Amino acid sequence: MTDLPRSQHIIASGLIAAVGLTVAAISFTQEPADAFVFPRLISSVFAVLAIWTFGKAVLGRSKVGNGLSAQAMRNLLPGLMVMGIYVYWAAKALGFYTSTTIAFFVLLSLYDPAPHGRLGTWLKRAAITAGFMAVIYGLFALLLNVFTPKEILF
Amino acid sequence: MDFLFYMGDVFMPMNFALLLLGTVGGLILGATPGLSPTMAVALLIPFTFQLEPQQGLILLGAAYTSTVAGGAVSAILLKIPGAPANIATTLDGHTMATKGEGAKALQLSFLASAVGGLFGVFLLIFLTPVLAQWALAFGPSHLFWLAILGVTVIGTLDSSSVVKGLLSGCIGLWLATIGFDDIMGAQRFIFHPAVSGGINVIPALIGLFAIPQIITMLTKGRSRSDAEVIKVRRHPIRLAFVEVFRRKTALAIGTITGSVIGLIPGVGGQIAGLVAYDQSKKFSKEGEKFGTGHSEGVIAAESANNAMVGPSLVPLLTLSIPGSPTAAVLLGGLLIHGIFPGPDLFMNYPEVAWTFIDSMLIGQILMCVFGLYIAGFAASVARVPHGVMAAVVLGLAVFGSYSVQNSMGDVYVMATLGVAMYFLERFGFSAAPLVLGLILGPIAEANFIQGAMIANATVGLGSYFFTGWLNWLLILIVVASVSYSVWMEIAHRRYTTKEDAVAKEEALS
Repeated sequence: MTDLPRSQHIIASGLIAAVGLTVAAISFTQEPADAFVFPRLISSVFAVLAIWTFGKAVLGRSKVGNGLSAQAMRNLLPGLMVMGIYVYWAAKALGFYTSTTIAFFVLLSLYDPAPHGRLGTWLKRAAITAGFMAVIYGLFALLLNVFTPKEILF
Repeated sequence: MDFLFYMGDVFMPMNFALLLLGTVGGLILGATPGLSPTMAVALLIPFTFQLEPQQGLILLGAAYTSTVAGGAVSAILLKIPGAPANIATTLDGHTMATKGEGAKALQLSFLASAVGGLFGVFLLIFLTPVLAQWALAFGPSHLFWLAILGVTVIGTLDSSSVVKGLLSGCIGLWLATIGFDDIMGAQRFIFHPAVSGGINVIPALIGLFAIPQIITMLTKGRSRSDAEVIKVRRHPIRLAFVEVFRRKTALAIGTITGSVIGLIPGVGGQIAGLVAYDQSKKFSKEGEKFGTGHSEGVIAAESANNAMVGPSLVPLLTLSIPGSPTAAVLLGGLLIHGIFPGPDLFMNYPEVAWTFIDSMLIGQILMCVFGLYIAGFAASVARVPHGVMAAVVLGLAVFGSYSVQNSMGDVYVMATLGVAMYFLERFGFSAAPLVLGLILGPIAEANFIQGAMIANATVGLGSYFFTGWLNWLLILIVVASVSYSVWMEIAHRRYTTKEDAVAKEEALS
């Protein structure tokens, strides 16, 4: 194992330790105390285990988990950005069906191994997107009567 | 014999249609590498909202059973296990397929799955009412320890690191406390309006199981699955029947091992398949043939991973403690219909409980019949590029989470938990104990508070929670599972190099 996963282990376990300590601090300071009896119990164990994990990572004894390689990060980043924009902004701003169509087509284009230079590839991607959206519309709008924030079709 | 009384309900048109749909869909989803049975069941939950409770459970149960069996298709024809439960099947199944015995391997796998699955469901039928009767004696302190037991056993047995497993369980228990406190009405940890009503279990389940798999597919970039689908030649089913029942030892070892392992919370189908394979090899007169395309290897592994399905639901239906991540998802399916499993389930909702169990019995037979016919098609689906699969699952996850309460907050919770879980998994944390913590947290807290009230009015907190043989039995199991896992981790570390561990993890991911 290289130093990269070790530093990643430290960052990850450090973040978890920070969350654990914050949860414990909130549990022991918030009122009414009766409402926080169970959270206090849980957060004490949470904080101890999180500090233990962080200590092990700092000492280089974290052996489980491979972290993320640079290549995996490069592959993942565009997809993660599309997911983020889709879920946290576009779904509400543009409407569910419009944003899903765009996100689906963009993800497909980014990760489909077929060559980008051929017209047939793009037509196939458009057809898959249209087919998927028809299924989604049938399932959620017609079968389950789910009303989306900008109403049917949006 | 209550199960016979409700058997007819399974054959009502709508129920039977859903059973067929769940079975066929599950076989196809199960054959798709990267789509685990738990994720398939989680994505199906939103579709059960408009169904009657037993209909929803029939659909989810059929999908659970057949995704486990369907994973054998890609294991045999592509050498890619559809789910971790099918890893052992790959060892002999794929070798058989390369020798031109693909059809035979598939037939053996589905027949053995059906035998193992039927035995497992019969165990569920006969054990559940007995345990449910016994569970009626449980008080708040026992239920509190039982909930803690559920989280710790899964946290320790299902994770590669005991500390990280327990930490995942703690994170889940903490997430369960977010929202308004039931007794005082106080706000707890509401750091965003999306979680003001607490974390809804269904979007959380979809996020925790689906999003990490989507991201894993994305990390593979624009790669195409290089695996070649091996063409199968016709093989008379009669000969496969004869072969399965001729290999009695492998079938019995697989079935019994799977059933026993299924009863232990936290020990999944992967362990069941591998242990059964290993034991069959030891007891077989032809042990040296294992790994070279021997039918006993396929029979032992597949009978085991399906035999564990039924018993894995025993703790859920009797004690409301899900023994596996998929059982936790099924619990979510019950909760959305306002049904809380436990000792009263068979008294208050016998038609729901028995129709569901009966459908799993019939589902095993349907799975065997349809599995043999759609294996070729399912294997082709397994070759769909990762990008397409990721986009499809993402769309379903977003719409599925939103449809739970028509709330954007649920979509944000689903995505946030899912992305966080992916990164946690990369550092050795596991989704199963986190999910168990999230689901069992309210049970643990409610019984802790109730127990504390009784204790304060009677014998005191310490005496109430730490006396009585049942309390001590549960505490001892918690301590034993943690100690055993710590001992195994230390022993494993002593005999395994870091490189071995990394290679094993890479192979499983």
